[in-house]
Amino acid sequence: MLTIRDLHASVDGREVLSGLDLDVPAGEVHALMGPNGAGKSTLANVLAGRDGYDVTGSVALDGVELLGLAPEERAAAGLFLGFQHPMEIPGVGNMYFLRTALNALRRARGLDEVSAVDFIGLARGQMALLDMDPSLLSRSVNDGFSGGEKKRNEVLQLSLLEPRLVVLDEIDSGLDVDALRLVADSVERLRSPDRSTVIITHYPRMLELVVPDRVHVLRGGRIERSGDRSLADELAVAGFDAGRPVP
Amino acid sequence: MADVIDADAVPAPQRSGRGADAVSRAVEAEYAFGFVTDVETDVVPKGLSEEVVALISAKNDEPGWLLEWRLGAYRHWLTMPEPTWAYVSHPPIDYQDMHYWAAPKPKGDGPASLDEVDPEVLATFEKLGIPLEEQKRLSGIAVDAVMDSVSVATTFKAALADAGVIFCSFSEAVREHPELVRRYLGSVVGPRDNFFAALNSAVFSDGSFCFVPAGVACPMELSTYFRINTAGTGQFERTLIVAEEGASVSYLEGCTAPMRDENQLHAAVVELVALDDASIKYSTVQNWYPGDADGKGGIYNFVTKRGRCAGARSRISWTQVETGSAITWKYPSVILQGDESVGEFYSVAVSNHRQQADTGTKMIHIGRDTSSTIVSKGISAGHGQNTYRGLVKVLRSAEGARNSTRCDSLLLGPDCGAHTFPYVEVRNDTAQVSHEASTSKVDADQLFYCRQRGLTEEDATTMIVNGFCREVFDELPMEYAVEAQALMRVTLEGAVG
Repeated sequence: MLTIRDLHASVDGREVLSGLDLDVPAGEVHALMGPNGAGKSTLANVLAGRDGYDVTGSVALDGVELLGLAPEERAAAGLFLGFQHPMEIPGVGNMYFLRTALNALRRARGLDEVSAVDFIGLARGQMALLDMDPSLLSRSVNDGFSGGEKKRNEVLQLSLLEPRLVVLDEIDSGLDVDALRLVADSVERLRSPDRSTVIITHYPRMLELVVPDRVHVLRGGRIERSGDRSLADELAVAGFDAGRPVP
Repeated sequence: MADVIDADAVPAPQRSGRGADAVSRAVEAEYAFGFVTDVETDVVPKGLSEEVVALISAKNDEPGWLLEWRLGAYRHWLTMPEPTWAYVSHPPIDYQDMHYWAAPKPKGDGPASLDEVDPEVLATFEKLGIPLEEQKRLSGIAVDAVMDSVSVATTFKAALADAGVIFCSFSEAVREHPELVRRYLGSVVGPRDNFFAALNSAVFSDGSFCFVPAGVACPMELSTYFRINTAGTGQFERTLIVAEEGASVSYLEGCTAPMRDENQLHAAVVELVALDDASIKYSTVQNWYPGDADGKGGIYNFVTKRGRCAGARSRISWTQVETGSAITWKYPSVILQGDESVGEFYSVAVSNHRQQADTGTKMIHIGRDTSSTIVSKGISAGHGQNTYRGLVKVLRSAEGARNSTRCDSLLLGPDCGAHTFPYVEVRNDTAQVSHEASTSKVDADQLFYCRQRGLTEEDATTMIVNGFCREVFDELPMEYAVEAQALMRVTLEGAVG
């Protein structure tokens, strides 16, 4: 489903990703770990098409080459990025924003738009699962939200937009234990045979709640090691330097 | 309320919003109201003189005192220099090279009812989204429609008269209610007030007149729709609104003009008078032709608008959305004379391409415990220049006066400019005056966030800009808030990429 080959990305002439290869089959949840500065957030941004990177290589989602597409075209192709730092948009109602996004994607996918009335029902149902205050729908997007509310708002969008590929960039940072559990439950609930998920984290805590099918260590701009969930446990005990050859 | 505005306000996003597409769409973007109506027009020859002033007065069948008033203004205007302090530039205006009066030719002696209005004229307003046939006005808004120099129709007059409200064209008010016109005309903006106001006082043609008697809350929204049609014509309308003790009224104006390579002058005067406990809310959605992307053509919108809170606890509120015109020079102001009176100014001004806007307000505090609020949102794109110019003046008598000013500028692209000239003069130490200002760019992170969720770059920009303007749009009557958001999208077309 997601196939990354020989991905290079540099910022201002400095190479951050150096020939990264990664496969995430449909239905699987993969964890991407690694020390600070390993290029995890760069990978998330490059996948989503953010400006400012020189990129070569190939990123295919269901056989569709994403590199070269605009961010909104990648979104239409099924990519969703959960932001580490969700943006505040003052003056734009959260409900309006969510419904506009959903309908933009639905149009791009040839589906009918969702009416305002249907949308409210849909959104309230998902918000209840995330234990979100319904008043967050009528406030401006993320404006004045607490850290936890912002992250839950990301997961709300994720559950409404129904993407094929989910990339969560440190969705667990800044969450207390209860919020983390709600977010993890949602990610588990959203597992499906036709959806792939990449969880970027450097805390193993999240991976006790969402059990990954594969764990990858990103280091030096490429995948250094891969393994099953036991790799996460090992990293939790020994840190990222364990098992590395001594120079 | 917010949710309802949200529901369908912004039009459907385009399929793709890549930078290059956005630019090419800009080239194709058209001013939707740029057509010309082919209607037989009665025009006074070009140029300005005492004879022309007298001719305009005669066309309106005016009493002698009004002709004298006009001539006084004209003679004074001749001695005045054109103001040059605004942060705008344009070639010199040749005041002898324009028509000062033009009107669609009436069939017979002028339209006594809508049936007698030239169908071409009705069709024009229909095309502008202003149907004048009353049965079609489901929204229950009374409209005075002005084409070039004359009012062509006023709707719902009878229903308003039942409530005691007078709403008619200015020329009709001069004929039917001369005592009211004489009492209030020039009482807020005098005939020698400034260069453009003096010019208007000499040659003003039609406009709207509204009088709401004591204790009456006007039962419907009132609006005037101004349309410039004839080439080489200036439009000099005059609007006068009076709300007596305890009365209230909400009034709205809209404006459009054909696309032409020449610049056309629009120099209007609006006067508002609010007596004790009265309230006037005046909203403008200004969409005069802005000129093309290279700055050719467009309207010079040089307008004097001022309200006088004459009575205690009276309130005057200006809301303006200025998206059109090549140049805007406009400072809707409030004289806070009555104790505890309130003045408000909410403004969104956009300058894209080569548009220039120098706009703001004056709040003059005279009475005790008067308060004023200023919220200005300036948006610059392309090579547009946007200036906020505001004066807060607290006189010695204005014990306990309060003002709060917020002035935010948003820049789209590297070639535009935003400027702020706040003037504050305080002569009473009990006054509390606050001023906040900010200048920002549309944030790349916000744009990326929206686009990741599936919005095109253009839709994302429009959404962010509309969010920036929200506080002002919320002050508009509902359906105009929706229109303003849609208009913002058209105005900013091509501003991204």
